[in-house]
Amino acid sequence: MFYREAGQFKSSYAADQAAFPIAQDRIFIGIWLLIGFVAIPLLSNEYLFRAIFIPFLILALAALGLNLLVGYCGQVSLGTGAFMAVGAYAAYNFWIRIPGLNPLIAFVLAGGVATLVGIVFGIPSLRIKGFYLAVATLAAQFFMDWMFARVGWFTNYTPSGSIAVPPISVFGFEFDSPVRRYMLCLTILVLFAIVAKNIVRGRIGRGWMATRDMDVAAEIIGIRPMYAKLSAFAVSSFFIGVAGALWGFVHLGSWEPLAFDINRSFSILFMVIIGGLGSILGAFLGAAFITVLPLFLNQLPIWLGIEISTAMISHIEFMIFGALIVFFLAVEPLGLARLWQIAKEKLRLWPFPY
Amino acid sequence: MEHSRSLGEPILSMDEISLSFGGVNALSNVSLHVREHEILAIIGPNGAGKSSLLNVINGVYHPSKGTVTFKGATRAQMRPHEAASQGIARTFQNIALFKGMTVLDNIMTGRTLKMRAGFFWQCIYVGKARNEEIEHRHKVEEIIDFLQIQSIRKTPVGRLPYGLQKRVELGRALAAEPDLLLLDEPMAGMNIEEKEDMSRFVLDVNDEFGTTIVLIEHDMGVVMDLSDRVIVLDYGRKIGDGTPDEIRSNQDVIDAYLGVTH
Repeated sequence: MFYREAGQFKSSYAADQAAFPIAQDRIFIGIWLLIGFVAIPLLSNEYLFRAIFIPFLILALAALGLNLLVGYCGQVSLGTGAFMAVGAYAAYNFWIRIPGLNPLIAFVLAGGVATLVGIVFGIPSLRIKGFYLAVATLAAQFFMDWMFARVGWFTNYTPSGSIAVPPISVFGFEFDSPVRRYMLCLTILVLFAIVAKNIVRGRIGRGWMATRDMDVAAEIIGIRPMYAKLSAFAVSSFFIGVAGALWGFVHLGSWEPLAFDINRSFSILFMVIIGGLGSILGAFLGAAFITVLPLFLNQLPIWLGIEISTAMISHIEFMIFGALIVFFLAVEPLGLARLWQIAKEKLRLWPFPY
Repeated sequence: MEHSRSLGEPILSMDEISLSFGGVNALSNVSLHVREHEILAIIGPNGAGKSSLLNVINGVYHPSKGTVTFKGATRAQMRPHEAASQGIARTFQNIALFKGMTVLDNIMTGRTLKMRAGFFWQCIYVGKARNEEIEHRHKVEEIIDFLQIQSIRKTPVGRLPYGLQKRVELGRALAAEPDLLLLDEPMAGMNIEEKEDMSRFVLDVNDEFGTTIVLIEHDMGVVMDLSDRVIVLDYGRKIGDGTPDEIRSNQDVIDAYLGVTH
């Protein structure tokens, strides 16, 4: 009874095709935007921004990008870390080689470079599917790891191979405090989420989903598989590239190629799978699950007043985390977004049985 | 059953089509014409090459010999999406819907080729992209009304029963407003009532939209009632071509497929 669409009459197709046609959803999104833009900046401290909120936002952006590719277009990719690295190093090179370049423009250009690289590594998807494609994208991962570690030009020949950037400033506005960086990431994430939602509810998104579900039938009604797959790789890589640039410039500040290794690819793929394939909400839920849960597990013994050595805590953390992932996938293979969907269907009727 | 419309010139001609997979000749020297506005049935035993013939028409298979002429344009090879843009739509023997998408989205995919809004406009979903979605939604809703599936338009197709899925698949093909509609066993696995509904839809599509229909079907009652003309295939060869009455009395066809009642 809390989630009833009864009485909400839509008298035009425009209203029915709105991003959130049901009033409760609009209220819900509004509340989350208020929490994100007002409550969190007012209430949280520096540690929370650095350790939780900023990484969460950036990884959610990357997960959103990957979900467009894996969840909506059905093309498995293990190259997320590589595309993030391309974004970060491209942004660095634009920023260092074009004096006075606005960092936001550098991020967009970096996304563009990641798009091109994504299209190149997406070409195998025209011939191969599933696990084979995953292995092909893995090649992107290893190639990029090698390239950024070995080719000095990308790191501007720094002897250590690591890169350091000062806090970015846009039109004289310094993003030096955590809360300002948080607001920057949140704004970018919200804009990208809107774009993602718009793409997946339009012609391009339907083309991706059709290619995912039944590629032969998709081609027969006029969706070119080449266009659908490569556009999914392109858009996804743009999102991931911008996320990579933010990860380097806004979250880390200084990094080396290890920051974007294969573990990054896996953790973002886990976010997408646990959050829910083919769901925008899923990318957020998955990113929250993967970034917040380890910290929560880490803090739990301290709150409970149990004395355990730090090494032991991190071991237990890994075990519980792994067990939870297996548990979630066994109980709900379609991810947290599906659980939320079921909850909504139940809330429609609750407390009545039918 | 008499139709009020008149049959026109051939819209599709296949000339001496041969198709082989390795050593197997799926089709050998098949020639046929489909006239505008007619309902043509293709019948024959399993493995006779009926589905292969449809696959040649819409470009999934490329014939090793022979030409296909559609609306005056002759071609040896074409990709399926090119066939789609020329106005050929089809349904499949095993339902090929997009299972994760709603009925509405499935039918909307049929409009893909008619949508023009660029990538940028779709990203921000204003102006052209939004108007286009609404404009095509009107057309899709007409099809939903026509097929009487209003109540399930927001249901993911994976949850629908078989008969309704077949109907949605027909809807998706119709959304493309095809000139030539290929139906691969549209009534397979249906009960009598569902078959009657589907037959009605096929006739109505033909009558109201003037769509030319080529269908494969095993239910002889349906075939003989619906079609203007029947083509019989056996082992990749055409062994019969004529009106339902002619086919019924064709001795080759009786031997190969229809059989006699004992």
